[in-house]
Amino acid sequence: MNTLRKTFQQISRYPSAVAGSIVIALLVIVAVFTMITIPYKEAIRLWRGGEEVWYQNPKYAAPSWVNLFNKKKLPVSFTIGDGDDAMTKTVEQRGEGTSRITTLYTFDYNYDGFPQELLLYFKTIYTEKQPFVSITWKTPDGRELRIADFGVDPTVTYRFSQDEKLKRRLGGGNAVEALFADPNSEELIPLKGTYQVVMLATAFEEGSDLNAEFVFHGQVFGLAGTDHQRRDLMVPLLWGVPIALAFGLVASLGTSVLTMIIAAIGAWYRGWVDELIQRVTEVNLVLPFLPILIMVGTFFSRSIWVILGVTILLSIFTGAIKGYRAIFLQVRESMYVEAARAYGASDIRIIFVYLIPRMIPLLIPGLVSSVPAFVFLEASLAVLGLGDPVLPTWGKIINDAQTNAALYQGYYYWILEPAVLLMITGLGFAMLGFALDRIFNPRLRGL
Amino acid sequence: MASEAQVLTPAVKKSSSSSTLVRVGKYTLVRLITLFVTVVIGVYLTILIANMGGYVDNIMRAEIQERITLQASQSQAWKNMDTETRQKFVEDKIALEVKRLGLDQPMVVRSFRYLFNALTLNLGRAQNMTSDSGSKTVRLIILERLPATLLLLGSANLILFFGSITIALSLSRRYGSFWDKLIITLSPTSAAPPWFYGIFLILIFAALLKIMPFGGLVDAPPPENRIEYLLSVLKHLVLPASALIISGLFLTIYNWRTFFLIYSSEDYVEMAKAKGLVSRDIERRYILRPTLPTIITNFALLLIGLWTGAIITETVFLWPGLGRTLFRAIGLYDIPVIVASTIIYAYLLAITVFLLDFLYALVDPRVKIGSGS
Repeated sequence: MNTLRKTFQQISRYPSAVAGSIVIALLVIVAVFTMITIPYKEAIRLWRGGEEVWYQNPKYAAPSWVNLFNKKKLPVSFTIGDGDDAMTKTVEQRGEGTSRITTLYTFDYNYDGFPQELLLYFKTIYTEKQPFVSITWKTPDGRELRIADFGVDPTVTYRFSQDEKLKRRLGGGNAVEALFADPNSEELIPLKGTYQVVMLATAFEEGSDLNAEFVFHGQVFGLAGTDHQRRDLMVPLLWGVPIALAFGLVASLGTSVLTMIIAAIGAWYRGWVDELIQRVTEVNLVLPFLPILIMVGTFFSRSIWVILGVTILLSIFTGAIKGYRAIFLQVRESMYVEAARAYGASDIRIIFVYLIPRMIPLLIPGLVSSVPAFVFLEASLAVLGLGDPVLPTWGKIINDAQTNAALYQGYYYWILEPAVLLMITGLGFAMLGFALDRIFNPRLRGL
Repeated sequence: MASEAQVLTPAVKKSSSSSTLVRVGKYTLVRLITLFVTVVIGVYLTILIANMGGYVDNIMRAEIQERITLQASQSQAWKNMDTETRQKFVEDKIALEVKRLGLDQPMVVRSFRYLFNALTLNLGRAQNMTSDSGSKTVRLIILERLPATLLLLGSANLILFFGSITIALSLSRRYGSFWDKLIITLSPTSAAPPWFYGIFLILIFAALLKIMPFGGLVDAPPPENRIEYLLSVLKHLVLPASALIISGLFLTIYNWRTFFLIYSSEDYVEMAKAKGLVSRDIERRYILRPTLPTIITNFALLLIGLWTGAIITETVFLWPGLGRTLFRAIGLYDIPVIVASTIIYAYLLAITVFLLDFLYALVDPRVKIGSGS
């Protein structure tokens, strides 16, 4: 207990260790928060769901906070659906089963750019005769533009930019831009103010109904932006935290503890056991580490747990085992081990109760400092296209961004967000591990 | 202590010189054999992993089947044949292709053939890969990519190695100064691998400032003029080499600095300082000299490390080096190329480890070959 307090006191003297500990604590909090608020199944659904999950999101949209730094404000994406204040729906019965449904979508538009796309997602109920809608667009300066009139199937999506008739009526250019353009300006700039979409529908049957969701694909979206498949990047960014922590910690813990146990066994038994461990270490040096991981990923399984297992297996028999062995050989000769042997302690007892606990101070700094290497290893494999096919991770975001030439196209947020998180995680563990190394390693203390 | 004893008793020295020869000879033999066995086991394991215990064979067979059937269905000449003849033709072609890749023999037999060919450096022909000039010879595929890798990793690692040692030496003299503290503070940044810094460098210098290329070896199309070609290559080299250097720099400097500091607190260094020697002499004679074995080891490992290339950095920068070739070979299940890369690395490593033992004895009189290692 006393030594523990002393250690904490020493840690608090290193500012980098304090900073590292705070970063790690924050990451753990975010990881727990993520796993509670977005359960695993939900995360997988959001990550791999398909168009019906992501339809509300624009493609390649930067995060909304870029507007804070830009003078030119980009339109933020939104959706107006059932129950929103911005939508009013009135149903008027006309007799003989016919009804008239008027839906109004009202929104303010105060941006300097144009949206990517406007959509209406219809859900209709009818048995034989489909309802008929006519859509009108009302601009802030009081103009009324006819958008389209058509009969509506049970589920149908109306995309403003893909309606050729509308395009021709608006002058042949981009229809969405024409709807927002200021008619009094020479340049193509949007007219700011309150817009309204008026949807008049006539249903011809008893019990027939029509609902539509108005989806506005702006140029920025949410806190993290979206990728090429309209996925909200917030999901992989958040879920990347627990995955990176789990991979890094399990790999470094597994590697260092197993290395230590094997080194202790070798040093205790000596003879052929020790010799075998030494030879295996030498063989392992010849094996190409990354190519083997790539081979396992390419040929066998890209599951993160398989990769984790192989990583640990290949990382046990490295140079570290020789260092531990040298120290164990010294400890083995010490008096208290002699005493343990005298009272008849078994080999296993001596190894696990007397030898290994002695080394824990040496183990901890190495364990903490090797976490970033494993976190980055997972990301590296993902960058090569060998990331886990199911899990949303930071490496996969970078891989998607790379294959879609994000840097070339100017989607910087796409790479920067996961990269900054990776950097923070790596630095947090590296700073703490570095300080611990200086605390526990008396030879370095003064240096 | 040992040298003192030898000086005092010259009579003993003579009888020990012949035993030294025996000891060194015996040590050399044992060391060579263990290293060779290590290489054999390591390479054989790699061969087995590259085959995944027959798993890859199934993938390859399925792939051949699909490719030839597709070829048959698209070929104009084969369309006129009747179904039976065509079926037989397709089957013959599949059998031929299976035989060409050696898939008709069991894996155990093939694995030993791969091993034997590898050990005799008979690298053979690639299964699916071709070099840019169209050759299927593994040696040519590797030789074609070697210069690019040597250029990138060689320049980056040499700058990193000598730069960090020079800086570390001067830091160990200015222990506790601002620069010393700065390096200590920055050293955790080496937790990130080179490709990671590469992405940032591309973002800043290629995407935002537009003064550097995004990747590749030369401009497209390559300049005709030889000097322009060279300049173009150098321009493409800057970003990936910087990424490699930045990633390693601070931790390497820190490690060397700490290492030198430990040696500069030795008594004989204090003594030299007290004698009033110039700091350059102290560095050269009293700090660099005893640390020479470590410096040489690191340098040798650096040199053979060049061979493996930097798979991910090369991929991120589209640099046509060995690392990317190896990555492509794995994607194409091309065992000969994978094995060739492994065996050359294994041999280089074994030879280096073997030679280092003797080099230690040469540069450090305290080390005796074959005694109690």
